[in-house]
Amino acid sequence: MSLLTIENLSLTIHGTPILKDVSMRVEAGRILGVIGESGSGKSMTAFSVLQLLPHGAACCGRIELSEQDLLAAGEEELCGLRGKEVGMVFQEPMTALNPLQTIGAQVAETILVHERVSRAEAMTRAAEALRRAELPEEKFPLSRYPHELSGGQRQRVVIAMAIALRPKLLIADEPTTALDVTTQAQILALLKRLVSEDGMGLMLISHDLAVVADLADELVIMRTGEVVESGSAYHLFRNMQHPYSRALLQASGHVPERSGGAQEVPLLEVRNVVREYQTHLHGWWGKTTQFRAVDDVSFEIRKGESLGLVGESGCGKSTLTRAILGLEEVQKGEILFDGEPVIDEHHANREVRRRMQVVFQDPYGSFNPRWRVDRLITEPYHLLDAPPLGAARDEAIAEALENVGLSVDDRKKYIHEFSGGQRQRIAIARALIIRPDLIILDEAVSALDVSVRAQVLDLLADLGGKYGLTYLFISHDLSVVRSITERVLVMNSGRIVEEGPTDRVFDEPENDYTKQLVAAAPVLPADVA
Amino acid sequence: MKVLLHNRSMLPGAILTLLFTGAAIISLVWVPYDITILNIADRMKSPSLLHPFGTDQFGRDILSMIMVGARTSIAVALVAVGIGMLAGVPLGLTAAARKGSLPDEVIMRSNDLVFAFPSLLIAVMITAVFGASALNAIIAIGIFNIPVFARLTRGASLTLWSREYVMAARVAGKGRARISVEHILPNVMNLLIVQGTIQFSLGILAEAGLSYVGLGAQPPTASWGRMLADSQTMISLAPHLALFPGLAILLTVLGLNLLGDGLRDLLDPKLRRSRA
Amino acid sequence: MLQYFLKRLLSLGLSLVAASILIFLALEVVPGDPAAYMLGINAQEDTLNALREQLGLNGTILQRYLSWAGGLLVGDFGTSYTYRTPVSELIGERLWVSLPLALYALTLSTMIAFPAGIWAASRRGSLVDTGVMGVTQLGVAIPNFWFAMLMVLVFAINLRWFSAGGFPGWDAGFLAGMKALTLPAIALALPQASILTRVMRSSLLDTLGEDFIRSARAKGLTKGQAMWRHALRNALIPVLTIMGLQFSFLLAGAIIIENVFYLPGLGRLVFQAISSRDLIVVESVVMLLVFAVIVVNFAVDLAYALVDPRLRRRR
Repeated sequence: MSLLTIENLSLTIHGTPILKDVSMRVEAGRILGVIGESGSGKSMTAFSVLQLLPHGAACCGRIELSEQDLLAAGEEELCGLRGKEVGMVFQEPMTALNPLQTIGAQVAETILVHERVSRAEAMTRAAEALRRAELPEEKFPLSRYPHELSGGQRQRVVIAMAIALRPKLLIADEPTTALDVTTQAQILALLKRLVSEDGMGLMLISHDLAVVADLADELVIMRTGEVVESGSAYHLFRNMQHPYSRALLQASGHVPERSGGAQEVPLLEVRNVVREYQTHLHGWWGKTTQFRAVDDVSFEIRKGESLGLVGESGCGKSTLTRAILGLEEVQKGEILFDGEPVIDEHHANREVRRRMQVVFQDPYGSFNPRWRVDRLITEPYHLLDAPPLGAARDEAIAEALENVGLSVDDRKKYIHEFSGGQRQRIAIARALIIRPDLIILDEAVSALDVSVRAQVLDLLADLGGKYGLTYLFISHDLSVVRSITERVLVMNSGRIVEEGPTDRVFDEPENDYTKQLVAAAPVLPADVA
Repeated sequence: MKVLLHNRSMLPGAILTLLFTGAAIISLVWVPYDITILNIADRMKSPSLLHPFGTDQFGRDILSMIMVGARTSIAVALVAVGIGMLAGVPLGLTAAARKGSLPDEVIMRSNDLVFAFPSLLIAVMITAVFGASALNAIIAIGIFNIPVFARLTRGASLTLWSREYVMAARVAGKGRARISVEHILPNVMNLLIVQGTIQFSLGILAEAGLSYVGLGAQPPTASWGRMLADSQTMISLAPHLALFPGLAILLTVLGLNLLGDGLRDLLDPKLRRSRA
Repeated sequence: MLQYFLKRLLSLGLSLVAASILIFLALEVVPGDPAAYMLGINAQEDTLNALREQLGLNGTILQRYLSWAGGLLVGDFGTSYTYRTPVSELIGERLWVSLPLALYALTLSTMIAFPAGIWAASRRGSLVDTGVMGVTQLGVAIPNFWFAMLMVLVFAINLRWFSAGGFPGWDAGFLAGMKALTLPAIALALPQASILTRVMRSSLLDTLGEDFIRSARAKGLTKGQAMWRHALRNALIPVLTIMGLQFSFLLAGAIIIENVFYLPGLGRLVFQAISSRDLIVVESVVMLLVFAVIVVNFAVDLAYALVDPRLRRRR
């Protein structure tokens, strides 16, 4: 008998079908991985188990937890189960905790809701739950507020809340997506340990095959509200049947084909750059402290090269990007583009600027929603002294759109009419229209689903060969960087800690931090990818 | 059109607003009775077919006075919104473009300061010095509107400045002023329109209040607030004197508020769930 | 926490100084001789001189400001020309009507708005919600002085439950005083209660959509428990802001409402002062009200810190 049985679950929200005939099982002491891209219905399946669905949702089918029918259970009965029998961990640790209550109180609440115990005893048990989630009371007193903790620490508090009563089933919905790689590895290890200690069943939901590959005993692959394939993880990884799951697997390990190579001439030289921020500790008249976002960084990018820059959030890579783009002045050192300073006499150098462009991460926030595509992609023309007009302009727009695989007819559309992948293509068209030499890709594929990501990487490789482009590829995702760069820089707390050919750095890292990073990065089993 | 019908507040709001603006405009060329002519024989008549809203203590037709009064109310409130927007929006844009800089601090601090003066107090000060008039009411309400628009513009602009399309515009070599006009302003316009209708309705309430206590429009200018003040001593004898001008204010303000709600829903579907 | 308090205190002081300069300058721009302006054209030369002396018009603008502001600090607002008594005494008397009225209205508005807002939010989309929202829509649109007149017509003239106006003074007893202030307070409170109800409802609905409410529900809390234990305090932050702003509207609104009910408060004082051109009284009352608004907003800032731990540690 399974711990959790979902059979033929269908779900509609305001009449729109979300789930169709979904079936899966979770066994006690085992981990079920649920994989799917955005819109696959994986999260809604999880919410159906707890019956925490949005307004207007209607379920049919069967959900049984240890032979108790959850769809037939009343609200009071469900409240008795939530937190006690089934715990849940969410994607966004930054907002999953009440900002106005201490972490101790929030963990203790799980106990107080379900058991008649004194407040003091609940607090003692909360401290124990936090300790099991690796937040010992000595270092993290119960009186801490959520804003005093980092994202990974907050996620541990959420986990402590979920496991305080040692539930039979734990549901984790993308528990590490919002976290850095090293933190992700720690949280995953924690979940695995808790499962084996308590003999819980774990339903681990993720968009990332590699995250689940290490952990899961069984796998379910979902797409547009349906289960396309399921079975034991070991077997499934090696015998994918459904074309969608095969595509998903291939896309995660995708390596785009690239032509052309680096010349020995430097295009961009960064020399001993320092960028400091003053932070005001106590208001604008109070004490200030210096914070070095970029600390004595030097490197160069050669013409035609594809250079990677990896690092976790807060390592200074965004500041460095802004400095290279000439959007911010640096305090020490210099940045030269083809021998010319990026910022000259406190003013951005226009000559240099028109030879550099950038593609950002967020496919939704990168475009003014009130402009049409033609106006959007020609914005960099502002950098030219004599931008093409009339027919020449139309021709340039058409070429730019066709280059990125869109049609000329798209030029009169607004940005909301495009999907995330198409938007990133438009962003590339915008970067390309003034034929720059260097394109900075700032987490440019991080927000995309795996299959779309592979296509965009192919496009970048294509265009790179066609126009002899140089790329600076900034990302926290090692597998992406590995697939598209020749050389890589590893950045940590404002410094470049390691530099070298991508394969060498990732296969035989020398620096301790790089070793940690590489070890933490989730990978597919070697005989699969 | 489909949107209009789907939106519960848009249609009644638009109808009420059109009704009163229409009345104000028509009154420029035609009113049922000339309100400058006093007719003591017909004084304090209850509503009838000849005078649908009755007559006042000087025998003037109340419907005609309300139509002319609409002109005063709408003109005062509209100009005051104009002052608030013309001064407040550029201030807010400037402050947001240079967040944390000295101009930002100065603009925001002086805004906070002006916020401590409700429009009535500004009107009291102006009247004490220059005497009462409709112009003073406009200035008082207008000054009070400036920080409202400045704050709103700054707040909304700040979130836009962190968007990547603004970063892209900077990479394209555009300056802060140009970005403010090309990227920021068009994207805060929706909010400004919605706030504009709300301030418009608040302006009508404020104008009525100021006229009621004698700090607004002076005789012979017709005004809803003063009609109410004049009716107060006779309220037990002729309640209709107080009823109709009050209803006019209530319905105009209600109409504008409904229109504002409707516009907000129409212009920003994301806000639909969390409307105040 | 201390840092936060000190910073707020400093900005409170700066605001007060700036406000006093503003008010002082506004009344300095009186065309011509303020003394002549106040006394009218038929004034005797020696009365004019006496008034000039009293206004301190013989010094420079800076000296005049400093002596005025210095007086404010020790509660000396100067002497009213028309009443021939110290302005502080005049204001003191009237404050005993205006301040209780504003507080009475604030209490009423809060007592109505909190339950109504919570009720509407907890039954979102229901008949209750629609009803509450409809009533508040009317409440926001109604001019409060007109509503006051209608109440006089119904409750004072027709039903005779209350008197139509006037104030017996607190000497007549606390209840008699409160009774005289009841209709004015209701009239003042109605629009504010409507606004506050709407803010309470929407803030609560926003908070109920937050992730941490979902976390609380996943712990096994019922909808009601999640609302009372987690949503309410979080929803209070924007509500506090609005309550702070409302205080200034209540004070200003009180000036108008006092007129409807012939209450001897600050409002009546200021209008009499305007008609008799008693600039000193006008200046003092405006300064006092602005002072009250600034201090209340200071209190709201402090209340934030009590509600929100994130602010206690903030720069």
